[in-house]
Amino acid sequence: MIHSVFLISNAGDLFLEKHWKSVISRSICDYFFEAREKAVEPDNVPPVIRTPHHYLINIYREKIFFVSVIQTEVPPLFVIEFLHRVAETFQDYFGECSETTIKDNVVIVYELLEEMLDNGFPLATESNILKELIRPPTILRSMVNTITGSSNVGETLPTGQLSTIPWRRAGVKYTNNEAYFDVVEEIDAILDKSGTTVFAEIQGVIDACVKLSGMPDLTLSFMNPRLLDDVSFHPCVRYKRWESERVISFIPPDGNFQLMSYHISAQNLVAIPVYVKQNISFFETGSSGRLDITVGPKQTMGKTLECLVVTVHMPKVVLSANLSATQGTYNYDPVTKILVWDIGKLNPQKLPNLKGSLSLQSGAPKPEENPSLNIDLKIQQLAISGLKVNRLDVYGEKYKPFKGVKYVSKAGKFQVRT
Amino acid sequence: MSASSAFSDDKAGSASEPEYGHDPASGGIFSSDYKRHDDLKEMLDSNKDSLKLEAMKRIVAMIARGKNTSDLFPAVVKNVACKNIEVKKLVYVYLVRYAEEQQDLALLSISTFQRGLKDPNQLIRASALRVLSSIRVTIIVPIMMLAIKEAASDMSPYVRKTAAHAIPKLHSLDPEQKDQLIEVIEKLLADKTTLVAGSVVMAFEEVCPDRIDLIHKNYRKLCNLLIDVEEWGQVVIINMLTRYARTQFLNPNINESLLEDSSEKAFYASDDEEDEDKKAEAAALVKRKPYVMDPDHRLLLRNTKPLLQSRNAAVVMAVAQLYFHLAPKAEVGIIAKALVRLMRSHSEVQYVVLQNVATMTIKRRGMFEPYLKSFYIRSTDPTQIKILKLEVLTNLANETNISTILREFQTYIKSMDKDFVAASIQAIGRCATNIGEVRDTCLNGLVQLLSNRDELVVAESVVVIKKLLQMQPEQHSDIIKHMAKLIDNIQVPMARASILWLIGEYCEHVPKIAPDVLRKMAKTFTNEEDIVKLQIINLAAKLYLTNSKQTKLLTQYVLNLAKYDQNYDIRDRARFIRQLIVPTDKSGALSKYAKKLFLALKPAPVLESPFKDRDHFQLGSLSHLLNAKAGGYQELPEWPESAPDPSVRNVEIPDWSKCTSRKDRKEKKLDKPFYSDSEGDSGPTESADSESDSGSGSESASASDESGSGSESEESGEETESEKEEEDEEKEKKRKKRLDKTKAKKPAEESAESEQSSGTEDRKRGRKAVKNQKSSSESESESESSESEDESEEESEEESESDTNIRKKKTPVSKQPPKQSKKESKKETQEMSLLDLDDFEPTPTSAPVTPVNFLSSSLVSDLEGLSLTDTILAPTTIAPSGSIKMYELLHRITGEGLAVEYCFSRQPFSPDPNMVAVQIQFTNNTNSETKNLHIEEPRLQSGMRIREFAEIEVLAAGESVTVVMGIDFCDSTQAANFQLCTHTRKFFVSIQPPVGELMTPVFLTENDFKKEQGKLMGMNEISEKLTLGEKCVNEHVIVERVTATANLSRVPCGSDKECRFAGKTVSSGCLVLVTVTTKEGGRAQLTVNCEKMVIGTMLVKDIMQALSQ
Repeated sequence: MIHSVFLISNAGDLFLEKHWKSVISRSICDYFFEAREKAVEPDNVPPVIRTPHHYLINIYREKIFFVSVIQTEVPPLFVIEFLHRVAETFQDYFGECSETTIKDNVVIVYELLEEMLDNGFPLATESNILKELIRPPTILRSMVNTITGSSNVGETLPTGQLSTIPWRRAGVKYTNNEAYFDVVEEIDAILDKSGTTVFAEIQGVIDACVKLSGMPDLTLSFMNPRLLDDVSFHPCVRYKRWESERVISFIPPDGNFQLMSYHISAQNLVAIPVYVKQNISFFETGSSGRLDITVGPKQTMGKTLECLVVTVHMPKVVLSANLSATQGTYNYDPVTKILVWDIGKLNPQKLPNLKGSLSLQSGAPKPEENPSLNIDLKIQQLAISGLKVNRLDVYGEKYKPFKGVKYVSKAGKFQVRT
Repeated sequence: MSASSAFSDDKAGSASEPEYGHDPASGGIFSSDYKRHDDLKEMLDSNKDSLKLEAMKRIVAMIARGKNTSDLFPAVVKNVACKNIEVKKLVYVYLVRYAEEQQDLALLSISTFQRGLKDPNQLIRASALRVLSSIRVTIIVPIMMLAIKEAASDMSPYVRKTAAHAIPKLHSLDPEQKDQLIEVIEKLLADKTTLVAGSVVMAFEEVCPDRIDLIHKNYRKLCNLLIDVEEWGQVVIINMLTRYARTQFLNPNINESLLEDSSEKAFYASDDEEDEDKKAEAAALVKRKPYVMDPDHRLLLRNTKPLLQSRNAAVVMAVAQLYFHLAPKAEVGIIAKALVRLMRSHSEVQYVVLQNVATMTIKRRGMFEPYLKSFYIRSTDPTQIKILKLEVLTNLANETNISTILREFQTYIKSMDKDFVAASIQAIGRCATNIGEVRDTCLNGLVQLLSNRDELVVAESVVVIKKLLQMQPEQHSDIIKHMAKLIDNIQVPMARASILWLIGEYCEHVPKIAPDVLRKMAKTFTNEEDIVKLQIINLAAKLYLTNSKQTKLLTQYVLNLAKYDQNYDIRDRARFIRQLIVPTDKSGALSKYAKKLFLALKPAPVLESPFKDRDHFQLGSLSHLLNAKAGGYQELPEWPESAPDPSVRNVEIPDWSKCTSRKDRKEKKLDKPFYSDSEGDSGPTESADSESDSGSGSESASASDESGSGSESEESGEETESEKEEEDEEKEKKRKKRLDKTKAKKPAEESAESEQSSGTEDRKRGRKAVKNQKSSSESESESESSESEDESEEESEEESESDTNIRKKKTPVSKQPPKQSKKESKKETQEMSLLDLDDFEPTPTSAPVTPVNFLSSSLVSDLEGLSLTDTILAPTTIAPSGSIKMYELLHRITGEGLAVEYCFSRQPFSPDPNMVAVQIQFTNNTNSETKNLHIEEPRLQSGMRIREFAEIEVLAAGESVTVVMGIDFCDSTQAANFQLCTHTRKFFVSIQPPVGELMTPVFLTENDFKKEQGKLMGMNEISEKLTLGEKCVNEHVIVERVTATANLSRVPCGSDKECRFAGKTVSSGCLVLVTVTTKEGGRAQLTVNCEKMVIGTMLVKDIMQALSQ
């Protein structure tokens, strides 16, 4: 399946290669560089590139291209999903997945890749198993290692791989047993010029941090499970229970993991927490333009909007912006042509406003289209869909764990057309 | 050598000649690098582990960067037996990387691995096999083969998994070993652990994907294990099973496509023909062998469905393609939601998913229509995603949503991303060609774009307008004129060429402008691009032919210019055209036809999706994405004409106590909710949880035990497995219980049977069965009492659990007496129903003319409470008392005094069992006798037959007479037309049967009913929700209404929430099964299962009507 993987930085520096079968010369990446050059933006590199004898399937993540070499038919999503899993593992191990951290931990990276694939077929991709095989580096451990010369490789042989619940390692012990669940919802919406909703839906995830001893069997139930239109689960969740009773029953992995993600589709009514009044216009003469944006709360269910940020991708001809904001700060980057207005907390009594003039490149024709606004916001203690966790029950263990649920709503791909 | 062939790459070279170094930076062996390696060698030779480790780390880091360290091989390989586990691991890494280049030296390490293969620790055995098989040295092939064979029968599933991984490695090293490897694969395929399943199917796909025969015996096992296999294995298994199913099962949409064809025909047919078409359609439907889905096919669909909820996009896609390629049309829709969900994922995932969605939307547009808005484009999407979304939106466009889509497109045109704008304009063009209603709107919109400032936009619009105009040029000469003006400003060659072609083609519509355009073009000819030049020549030629007076000189001039052009295409074209159009003395025969050649009517272009016909590739595959066959792609086979023998998938009985025949057992259980009910009730509900806990606990415990002693681990492994299986079953049961909560009890014979069968099962089951025997009778009585409580159970599980616990403690004592009596009645019913069946058989022959006195249905409902005795009643036809509806055949006035009424007596028609008995009543209202009443000239649809009644010689004034005739309606509701003749007159009359009269009751037990219903799933099942009419307060009324509507018999059923009816069509004997499930608030669900979909649909309509009144 997967023959080799090359890691290439955004600048075009090939800094790591790993082969699972015979060695394939790195010159194969020339085809990739060619496509990369053609694409201009890194986003636009086609995920699948054909070469005379191989296929290159690549993903772009954290400014790194993960390029895999394939020789025969394989479902492309299989490879893409695997590469993303690799990136997530790096993130999990090193805190971030960047060129520098990979270069700093090249031996661990290499060992990880060795364990994750065997002959090109995924072997161990669960982070729980991997962490038993290869310990993630910590500052303390690396200090101890340098002094004592001991290793990062697990001394004990991993047992997780052998069990039928590979996501949980055996013999977990905590003094404080706790289970936290974060319900995070993102609103994806497109609003048109007049503020009416063209399209809106909610994407939610439930992130869990479960630190429980032994082999607990958890059951999580909702007050209103019928709200959930479409769900996908971590492999630990029992599908059948969900299908028949609408409860989530699972033996959790140890530590942080994403329990489930769900989707509340456009058919349902989605509350839009914010409205935007905007007026952006460019003048035919005098190569200038005007910008006036006001943001106000709409359906916030009595909560405050926080971390409000408005981002505008300006047309290429906009040279600079001379604006004044009643609240927060703005910043216009003339190179990337991105105007960012960081508002912060929204005060419903005094609505924030950004107003002023834009200067355009002289002589250039006025832009055809007004730029659309992207909005970022956060509402604490509220799941915008109204989803509520009812209760969490622990079976199979004696102790009474500490349980907590947190709700956060955010703007996802929230766009206002102008 | 096979190894080197695997390794030679188009651009490689360097890899096979390591002596010259890998990249210029390392500078080869003889540079300073060599010196640097010296200190590494020293470190490796030292006896300090920390130094060795440091050296190995540096070496591995060099390998990772692609530097050549092959010269260190001897120094490294020495450390293969190092005690330090990390050093050892890194040495393995090095070894696998360079063994191929240093074959002789690599052999030194082999003995270490051979030793490792014998290690008592399974993990060491596995890792030894893994490294050994990764060393690509041909000499050790026999050793590898031996190791794989041994590992394949290892007692640890993890080692067996490693063996499965090693198979493709050995196969690529030495394809000669294929036959032996297939044997190992066959052995491993029979493995029952989830750990091995994915890996061995992977090996199967790489080594022998065409050996489908190896799958037969394992098919059901794979289906059942699927949900517990790790996600990567799931993808591989699902893809393989898709191919397998295509070879083994029948196309579930075969009838559908037939229906489609005939309905299409009907669409084109004129009104007169329509009837005949319908008749033909009906006939075709009758002739066509009814499709029944293979239960194994159903099993696959059922077991893959929950995986649509996987977090892994590849798994979701795999299930989606399986449904797309294998599921009945009605069921494919469920994948849309999951695919739309994937659109939120990373952009690469989106890219692949959208490609597949685009292909699906061409075939099954309706599926994604509800999700139209999810494909709306954001300005922040990458261009390639935007273009794919556009493609999907275009495919989804139809008459109803086109206005919304066009409005969306309008916003896209204003985007800053010009490639995307161009694609949007093309999309508008495609919508306009596909949907005639909006063509003018689109055209107008596009014409407006011609004044856009951006040249690319204008150019693209011109190209699209050209294509649209070609469809109806007459009405749009003003647009052509407008475009002619544009030629002064547009610089994009493709657009200029398009305009010129348009003017040339339709020069008759713009007779004044065309020569002028040619004049301008002649002036700039030398500066134009090649495609524009070619179009100028074409324009000149066309004008010369239509308007030679004005353009002769211009044409000559252009042709002369072209003669000396640099491009040979243009020179050739000029020479060719000159010969063709300019008359010379030598001009050949062709020039006569010049006008016809140039001004022939060109067919309008068809704007097609680039994704059309891509679905012959298996969806989700690399080949589909590239639209070209990738290496190793396995064609998706066409459906077979007739299904291969399904018995090949049967597994021998001796095996069945283990997982292999899990399916059989499960099926049994599905058939017997009673059994599962009792089991679910007998143990506390939470036992599933607690058991799984202990199960998983012991699993891990046993896993660590395993490292100690092998023989033990084998057993404990199996034990945990079966335990898990039980857990599954239990879960299943629990689910079943909930589903069946309303269904409640069952005829006794079944429970007896289930007890027996469970008794014959293996040790464990046997034990359970004993428990069941004890508990089944208890729970039987108990389930009655618990029914009401069951409902509250839904909300909070915990509560109900404790409830059942308490109840359990009580019930055995309190319910002792009824239990015994019931046990007795059980035996009785069994016998009696058998007797009754015999009684029932002969009845059809004795067909009384008058309607029999039907058993009052109130009695039925009275007896309902004693559901166990229901079986006795069932054979009797249950129909509403005296509510047979009379239809008028001939009115008193039109019949000049002769009134004729008819009804469907619902009696078997004795002379011909395939006919429906119609009872006709003649009443003579005149003052004189009517003589010689008989039937003449029946005009019947093909296949229909009538058996006339004997002529009535005399009907005295004021008297009535009743006769019975038989009509074979061929299971259609087409009317039977005939003439009714008296001695004086003839009347044209017709009898049209309600669909409900086309059937006769059939006696089925609840068990049979379910079995039959199971066979008639999918598109044979029609299900509707309805609100019951005010009067339908109880079951009694429902039964009455249904039996009044259709000639069906009641099927015994314990629950009062559900009524079941069964019958078969008179003429072809297809089963018709009706289920009415009532819910709270007067709502109900009606399900009709019938092979004949036409009948099913009509019946649903009729019953719905009857029930909602």
